Amino acid sequence: MMEIGLAVPRVDAHAKVTGQERYAIDHYPPNLLWAGARRAGVPHARLLGIDTAAARALPGVVAVLTAAEVPGTNRQGIVHKDQPVLVEDHVRHCGDAVALVLAEDQERLRQALALIRPDLEPLPGVFDVQQALQPDAPQLHERGNCLSHATIAAGDVAAAWADCALVVEEDFQVPWQEHAFLETQNGVAQLAPDGQLTMTVSTQAPFRDRFEIAQALGLDFQRIRVISPYLGGAFGGKDGATVQCLLALAALHAGGRPVKMVWEREESILAGYKRHAARLHYRLGAQADGSLHALECRLYYDTGAYAHLGGEVLELALEHAAGPYRIPHTRMEGWSVYTNHPVGGAMRGFGVVQASFAFERMMDRIAAALGRDPLALRMQNALRRGDRNGAGITQVHSTGLVPGLEALHRHPLWLDRRIWCEQAGPFKRRGCGIAAVFNAMGYGRGLPDAAIAKVELTPAGTFRIYSAVSDMGQGNATAFVQIAGQILCQEAAALEVVQPDTDLALPSGSSSAGRTTYTYGNALIRACRALQEKLLHWAALMLMADAPADLVLLPGRVRHLGTGRDLTLVQIAAMLPEGERFSVGQFVMPVSREVPETGKEFFIGFPHCFFAYAAHLAYVEVDLLTGRVAVCRYLAATDGGQVLNPRTFAQQVQGAIAQGIGYALSEELLVEEGRVLNADFSRYLMPTSLDIPDIEALAITTIEETGPFGSKGIGEVGINGPLPAIAGAIEQALGVRMHQAPFTPPRVLAALEAHTGSRGDAA
Amino acid sequence: MRLKLTVNGETRELEVAPDRRALDLLREDLGLTGVKEGCGAGECGACTILVDGATRLSCLLLAAQLAGREVTTIEGLAPAGQLHPVQQAFIDCGAVQCGFCSPGMILAAVELLRRDPAPSRALIREGLSGNLCRCTGYHMIIDAVEAAARVLRAGAPS
Repeated sequence: MMEIGLAVPRVDAHAKVTGQERYAIDHYPPNLLWAGARRAGVPHARLLGIDTAAARALPGVVAVLTAAEVPGTNRQGIVHKDQPVLVEDHVRHCGDAVALVLAEDQERLRQALALIRPDLEPLPGVFDVQQALQPDAPQLHERGNCLSHATIAAGDVAAAWADCALVVEEDFQVPWQEHAFLETQNGVAQLAPDGQLTMTVSTQAPFRDRFEIAQALGLDFQRIRVISPYLGGAFGGKDGATVQCLLALAALHAGGRPVKMVWEREESILAGYKRHAARLHYRLGAQADGSLHALECRLYYDTGAYAHLGGEVLELALEHAAGPYRIPHTRMEGWSVYTNHPVGGAMRGFGVVQASFAFERMMDRIAAALGRDPLALRMQNALRRGDRNGAGITQVHSTGLVPGLEALHRHPLWLDRRIWCEQAGPFKRRGCGIAAVFNAMGYGRGLPDAAIAKVELTPAGTFRIYSAVSDMGQGNATAFVQIAGQILCQEAAALEVVQPDTDLALPSGSSSAGRTTYTYGNALIRACRALQEKLLHWAALMLMADAPADLVLLPGRVRHLGTGRDLTLVQIAAMLPEGERFSVGQFVMPVSREVPETGKEFFIGFPHCFFAYAAHLAYVEVDLLTGRVAVCRYLAATDGGQVLNPRTFAQQVQGAIAQGIGYALSEELLVEEGRVLNADFSRYLMPTSLDIPDIEALAITTIEETGPFGSKGIGEVGINGPLPAIAGAIEQALGVRMHQAPFTPPRVLAALEAHTGSRGDAA
Repeated sequence: MRLKLTVNGETRELEVAPDRRALDLLREDLGLTGVKEGCGAGECGACTILVDGATRLSCLLLAAQLAGREVTTIEGLAPAGQLHPVQQAFIDCGAVQCGFCSPGMILAAVELLRRDPAPSRALIREGLSGNLCRCTGYHMIIDAVEAAARVLRAGAPS
């Protein structure tokens, strides 16, 4: 039986382990053309013209398109539409597309792309956020270089410093992080003779894609159909247009033939979105008893050449900048700044990861200065239900941080940490670090976080769920089947989930923001209950039973409990008029009723009212000779409300932590004067199976009363903990302070040498 | 050029360009899209196949190098309608999330267990370190390989 709360195997696992699952990239329609973009290759330039004659003359080349052939606004973007599909005259980063080629095969495509000669007049570049904000800096956009500047504040921070017994102040820096999903950005598209454009794309937002494509290319969004199969990973990097507009443009010039576009890995890294590199200045004050009292911070996020979701990322960063703590007096100011760097955008942890590093470092500083146990200090200040958070918003929903910290406190890994640390071998040092983190769920106020679920009783007597939110690997499709199975009382074999197709499903927003299972799941509960009620009424008619309450839905049948008579679902389906076999349910995520006085710069997104919480613990061993850091054990206690599936819960927690460990130790997109130096997996180093320890994932099962069966989203919170926890462990092991991530061997050795004067002393 | 090889137990003879990658032959010409491309440069392991029983990266092989060889892709790992114990363990242990690394990871695990039927977790980590996974953190993949090893040992003639 498919039920809530059980570790049922994922519904997609069988097709994936047998190679039968067809991702977007696995679609090769007959007679297809290949499309590809010529990238600018320079970070900042005037595009004076493009010589496409040689490329056009190449046999097998069907079309070479430039900005002149883009029919609509030629602007893509989710909130701020500032990114050209094809550059008209202003190149803003190396990954900008200047021309689009359609060719008979990939080899011709490559040859043609190499033959395109853009005439580029270099412009002075902007490669630093502070430099970009100077009045004399070269300007990237008409609005200037500041995409967003905002302040979120509470209390009276200026007056509050006087009441602090202790104030700590430091600067921190974090790098660009690459999503590095294994299936690169890709899709296929075909224009039908009647003008209908059908696209199968690796995307997190099929419904919103239609609007983005329609506006950029001047099309009617209702004539665009987007199909989103299971994704080979996404993590935020496929939220918004990647191949979509280019591919749609190509399809308009393909003479009705299907067109396929696949970004190679290097192109994926150059032209795809990244986690924002950031600089953070923090000043935190506490009273003598350890109560946090005042926080002031300034956050500078490098959004690169275009906005993507840079403003919204900054909103989440500021809203979380005070950590999951009670701090009565705060002032958190941030800038999201354009530079000639790759495009900063959505990535799991969405601005919160960067801030988590800084606020948790500050907590360890306060603990050290007051001689307090860092875990006890966090418990003392942790947000509880009813508290106001650092943004001044009352926590009225489930708030499970304190039980998470308590779970750490009684765990053997915490109790035995000193013994473990003392057992370090020669030229090794060990440390144990902790972190308390949180992450908001949903779009926040200003943009309805809504979903419409649709479920069908098929003529075969089975049920089909029309998912409208992509499954990029997080397992929401399995959660949907469990929800439907629970309400409709059906076996797994009788339940099917169809991946999003804008012609079959109903608009339900993007697969992002930890909202997928929460929002669509709530809508699905309503759809399933409506269908259940409808089926029981029809069964009552067919059985001439006067009270539908005497009927129950069972696997494959409806039973009249009073008489024991059964009707099969096949019989009921045969009786139902076509439209009656479907039900829909709609849900809109509640928003905070509080009206904050600050943060008004964010017309969407602020504030949020639902948060997942987590308490993390890392055991770390540092090699004093090489500077290499190994994470040896890891524990996470996560409040995601009630757990719909313990296995997919653990999958999300472990996967997020693995990405966080990569962010802490090795992942850093190296960008020099706007050029990416490590656009492949031999130089951009993400963790292998040797780099991630076993991860214990404890569930703190609060009840989120608004959530589907008491649950809330936990896909993101796990990535916020590893960087600060590992930093704390390294600091404890070496007695140093870590300010810049990732903690690569050279950085660790440099910190050690700065601290001891030489490497040998430490050993 | 004319190429003759065995793919998933079936003899195939076909015309391929001399510079065609084995990966493209399998995915595009033979429709075996269970073979995935993640990087095209031999760094991620998603395109892993078995050639005469040994793991190879099909993105780094030319189709011509498969002449006369016996190739196994994920589609041919188990008879139709059945699962190899490693595939079953990946399902049961939660080793699959987005699943894009799964075919290559499973084939790497199959070869690992052929060489060492009872590897420790540390040796499993080492054996799979050429296959990147961005979703799982590897924990449940290691669990799955351990579980499959147990099943394979129980089923193997002593």
